[in-house]
Amino acid sequence: MFRRLFRFLGVATLLSTVWSCTGSPRTPLRWGGDAEGGAPFVEADPTNPSRVRGFDVEIAAMMARDLGRTPQFVQVAWASIAQSVERGDFAIGMSGLEDRPALHERFAVSLPYYEFREVLAVRAADTARFRSLGDLGGRRVATLGATMAWDMLLQAQQTHGLVPVSYDDDVHPYSDLVNGRVDAVLLDHVLAERSLKRVGGFVVQPTALATGHYVAVLAARDTALRDSINATLRARMRDGSLERVFRSWNVWDTAQARYQQQLLASAPARTAAPPRAATTRQSLATYLPALLRAALITLALSLLAMALAVALGIGLASGRVYGPRALRVVLTAYVELIRGTPVLLQLFVLYYGLADVVRLPAFAAAVLGLGLNYAAYESEIYRAALEAIPALQLEAARTLGLSEWQILRFVRGPQALRLALAPMTNDFVALLKDSSLVSVITVVELTKQTAIYATNAGSWAVPGTLCALVYLAMSLPLARMARHLEQRWKHT
Amino acid sequence: MEAHVNTPHAIAPALRVRALQVTRGAHTVLHGVNLDISAGEVCAVMGVSGAGKTTVLRVVAALQPFTAGTITIGDVALTPGALPPESRLRALRQRVGVVFQSHALFEHLTALDNVMLAPIHAHGQSRAEATETATRLLDSLGVLPRAHAYPRQLSGGEAQRVAIARALAPNPQLLLMDEPTSALDPARRAALGESIRTLASQGRGVCIVTHDADFARSVADRVVVLSQGTIVQEGNARELLTATDTGGGESITA
Repeated sequence: MFRRLFRFLGVATLLSTVWSCTGSPRTPLRWGGDAEGGAPFVEADPTNPSRVRGFDVEIAAMMARDLGRTPQFVQVAWASIAQSVERGDFAIGMSGLEDRPALHERFAVSLPYYEFREVLAVRAADTARFRSLGDLGGRRVATLGATMAWDMLLQAQQTHGLVPVSYDDDVHPYSDLVNGRVDAVLLDHVLAERSLKRVGGFVVQPTALATGHYVAVLAARDTALRDSINATLRARMRDGSLERVFRSWNVWDTAQARYQQQLLASAPARTAAPPRAATTRQSLATYLPALLRAALITLALSLLAMALAVALGIGLASGRVYGPRALRVVLTAYVELIRGTPVLLQLFVLYYGLADVVRLPAFAAAVLGLGLNYAAYESEIYRAALEAIPALQLEAARTLGLSEWQILRFVRGPQALRLALAPMTNDFVALLKDSSLVSVITVVELTKQTAIYATNAGSWAVPGTLCALVYLAMSLPLARMARHLEQRWKHT
Repeated sequence: MEAHVNTPHAIAPALRVRALQVTRGAHTVLHGVNLDISAGEVCAVMGVSGAGKTTVLRVVAALQPFTAGTITIGDVALTPGALPPESRLRALRQRVGVVFQSHALFEHLTALDNVMLAPIHAHGQSRAEATETATRLLDSLGVLPRAHAYPRQLSGGEAQRVAIARALAPNPQLLLMDEPTSALDPARRAALGESIRTLASQGRGVCIVTHDADFARSVADRVVVLSQGTIVQEGNARELLTATDTGGGESITA
């Protein structure tokens, strides 16, 4: 569920290997996957969470056995599997990885060992009216970001005007379908059926909207290893052991049998290359407008959240400086609670945790979550700034006959603002970047859009550079403006 | 605590303090101080550091509470105990102007805006009226050319004159000044003395807290000497300070 949280924990897991070599002299076959993706692909073994199980785990074991090596699992975030292969963190990446044109450009890709169908899940009441993407004009349709289904939704956004909603995990699309935040979910049938068992309360349309395949990815230099695991996959399809694995995880059906027969009948050299991948220039042309749109979302989100944080922060600080004791205690407790817990957790609670009480739209929840969080930090800046104004200034104002409110407004506030400006600018720049966290509650902002682009392009080089440039283009002028103001105030 | 009644003036006093007592915890800062300042009179309150001079000034300016006694400024009376809320001090604020030792000008406002702030926001003057008054005051104190300068751009003497203009803007009948000569060279001290005499001649009572005996002698009509929270000497400035100068002047002014 808390995919991002787990990603942090994943750093630790990454370093620890789950299957140890047990003193074997053979070199281990390191393969990477995401145990957070869960069954039937890869999941932590409920009886021994330090081990993993799933059909991908068993396939990796087959590959290792045929190579005379010991499989060694490396935990990695699902969206980063291909990148980690390229880095050399492990030899084989495999965890329900979808075959995509871009993969073939930069990686050695195994033959597709499983065929999945993209299926539409809808609420039972909508079974008759939402059968295809064409029926969903103007509706919100959820899926996992950076997947084939996400690309299908983006296309349907152009053609049918539906609203794609991206999630970081495959559980919340379905729970949000049930509680009405989205009207349909497009994902592969393996995930759809798993969620149907776990969450329930919705219907999976029987017609497949597309088919795709799971593959294993290897670094481009590892074609020899790729060829030997392809040989293993073919042999295991022939002798039926792959079928047994899929059956044991309940993902075998007649369509799968048909697919394997076709694959085995074709020439061994064929690696079922999907349609030609887009060139860098093509994908740039496709994604640049999307990146700029996402940058606008980041900017709007940050500005609104900061406005909220400043307004609330001033209120909190004034309450803590001027308020009665009881109020001060309450406000201090709020500030400490917010500062003492991760903003990611706060966003989850606001969006998913409170879904039964108040069903906030994602963007509103993002503004509110970041605004409430930053308000705590802003209030500390303002409080310190207010308290830094010398008592004599306030006494002088008092002897002139100004009321406490007028003193705050005309004497203390304006001087405190000058002191607060530098730390406030600092916070805004931080907020601009922290706004990337809201992708966990389905807002596609700049970083998320970049990740989607990078997954499709199979590389972070161009998307990452573009993304960094856009962030800098937003934060540098701001820092400049603040410095300018500071200089002006200093000289006056 | 014998009452030092000194009322050579026919008019009602600008300030009348009776049996003023201030305690801070177990420590008594002022033991029954009596003080009268008439309209048009300049009174210097003198004494060594810690004698209680500044406390008298702060209590009269309603910046600090007092324990017992009475304080009357014109028709406004202060009562012992906790300070009343600012809303109930409006009349007092209009009658008492304060010039702080460090001037305490508002750093983010120009000299002119420092002077105009209270008339506009506390005393309901129009911007035009306030500008006119402020300009006149700055001009009379010789700092009009610096009207658009910010406090940090002003010299010590200029800042003090702007602070005086600010205190005078609501046209108070009593002006309190804390150590006004502490940052001035002799030439500026003489000029300040003249300004103070002029302010008094316009019918204000002026109370100067100082330990500058020369300045007090040249400017004040009357001197009150405090020691350990009690008035120990009081009289005509020229006579008293000349007398003490020949005697134990250092004990007062150290």
